[in-house]
Amino acid sequence: MEPNTAPAKLQFSAAAQAEIKRLLTHYPADRSKSALLPILHIAQAEFGGWVSPEVQDLVAETLNIKPIEVYEVSSFYTMYNLKLVGKHVLEICRTGPCMLRGSDELTEHLERITGAKVGETSPDGLFTLKEVECLAACGFAPVVQVREQYYEQLDTPEAVDAMLNDLRGQIHRPILSWEENDLPNSLKNN
Amino acid sequence: MGRKLLTEHINVEGINTFEVYRKHGGYRSVEKALKTMTPDEVTEEVKKSGLRGRGGAGFPAGMKWGFLAKPEGVPRYLVCNADESEPGTFKDRQLMTKLPHLLIEGMITGSYALGARTSYIYIRGELLYVLRILEKAIAEAYAAGFLGENILGSGYSLDLHVHPGAGAYICGEETALLESLEGKRGNPRNKPPFPAVQGLYARPTVVNNVETIAAVPVIVNEGGDEYAKIGIGKSTGTKLISACGHLNKPGIYEIELGLPVEEFIYSDEYCGGIWKGRELKAVVAGGSSVPILPKELILKTAAGENRLMSYESLSDGGFVTGTMLGSGGFIAMDETTCIVKNTWNFSRFYHHESCGQCSPCREGTGWLEKVLHRLEHGHGSMHDIDLIVSVAKQIEGNTICPLGEAAAWPVAAAVRHFRHEFEWHVTNPKEATAPGAVYRGAAVLA
Repeated sequence: MEPNTAPAKLQFSAAAQAEIKRLLTHYPADRSKSALLPILHIAQAEFGGWVSPEVQDLVAETLNIKPIEVYEVSSFYTMYNLKLVGKHVLEICRTGPCMLRGSDELTEHLERITGAKVGETSPDGLFTLKEVECLAACGFAPVVQVREQYYEQLDTPEAVDAMLNDLRGQIHRPILSWEENDLPNSLKNN
Repeated sequence: MGRKLLTEHINVEGINTFEVYRKHGGYRSVEKALKTMTPDEVTEEVKKSGLRGRGGAGFPAGMKWGFLAKPEGVPRYLVCNADESEPGTFKDRQLMTKLPHLLIEGMITGSYALGARTSYIYIRGELLYVLRILEKAIAEAYAAGFLGENILGSGYSLDLHVHPGAGAYICGEETALLESLEGKRGNPRNKPPFPAVQGLYARPTVVNNVETIAAVPVIVNEGGDEYAKIGIGKSTGTKLISACGHLNKPGIYEIELGLPVEEFIYSDEYCGGIWKGRELKAVVAGGSSVPILPKELILKTAAGENRLMSYESLSDGGFVTGTMLGSGGFIAMDETTCIVKNTWNFSRFYHHESCGQCSPCREGTGWLEKVLHRLEHGHGSMHDIDLIVSVAKQIEGNTICPLGEAAAWPVAAAVRHFRHEFEWHVTNPKEATAPGAVYRGAAVLA
């Protein structure tokens, strides 16, 4: 065993630790497990957009719960990615109202121009395509969610290009910084 | 033009800030309730208002509040259900984004009525950006003395927190939501005990939808009796309708309950008719769970009366010729829509979202998806059409939570009204599965 080659133990950044500390004040002291879902969101944002078994163990340790309590939750909720993903995960809504306004065509179009099938990551590592169920934006269909952003009315190639160009210009944004500019157009104040 | 009780100021610039919201009469209900009313008096006004749960079930909100157990020395909770996930429904997202302080005001006044000292807003994880908006607004409310210790010198204290889910439709079911808030999988609980007795952390809890809570300020300000004058019959007040699908103007509309459906669909004040100059074929009026109705039955009841946007009128005819107001998720489909494909799509949704606890739902939703997929692709048999009706029947009523019914009803109604279209997929598979295929036969109206 050569101690020098052992991988460094995962750690939350100082900003994430401060956010976790704040979250824990929201729940009764003996109910800190309540913070599991929000802390998993933070972990996913901190460690490359997915939660590896190691990351999940870190979350368990942070909350002083058994790892299985994290695994059973991370595998239940669709937002937690359990596999390595690309820089941007495009969550394409496929449910009825989006389908009525062209989500099937949108998915095909995205598969064509990114070179990735649903469930895969594009060869350049930029985009992972993921189909999801209703995103509660049915009136602005078809819709894609990318982290904290909603891209709406993606019913023309131009709208899709604009989204992809926007994403290409973005760095991987930590979940802790949010700007009002991220609002979808349909929800910006008139 | 109907009255706007919730969204009157929604387009005022800066209304998402405390200052502007306050300038437009915001937080008056908190002042009125905390300074001049007892908690029971607030509950009494909500009872008198006739306000019904806006999440979909339509259960009287005041009555739900009245069920809350209040044992001495035991904390109790108000939890806002902001897990908006019912396909076709997107009203709460809009309300929280643009009017975060309206929800917060309702939460304070409601928490006071129920005697809660800590309250939560459970928001679906996809809406993390809305969570930021709410947290910012909550911080403003703390700074202004409307949250925290001794609010407005009344002696009443309240902490309010926002909690994100992480992608699970089932967490809109109130006991699944509470499980999720406790950091667990969203598996609905067996009832009884009901949340009113054992809810969050096994404490007495009320869970209300965003829109329900947002109606509390106007009820307290104007009085329950005044609120009850708006609307029609037992459908009091206004309702946010989120309209989508093949409409010229999809979007969110606050309507006075009782508005004729025909006016809602075709008037320029609302949805402006069907897109591309096409004909309306069918409507799912209250979110994907409610029975689909063909054009004829959504515009008029079986008795030939105008169908109205109200709990009673939409359910006129039961599940034979009627439907439900539900969550107000209004999905319109034009004449080119394939009902079989749409039904398959919804079944896939419920299969995907079934938590897996109850066998009838876990297995049944999978069967529905599979058999409908077969029918949609022209590989089905006549027997398959009866099979999906039979599977739906066996799910219904045999599950812990209403997801079972939500999965079963759309299938049963689609076959009831559009059986010929299903049969066409069996008898003319080539024609039915050709690109752009459109079935032109009439719907079954009785």
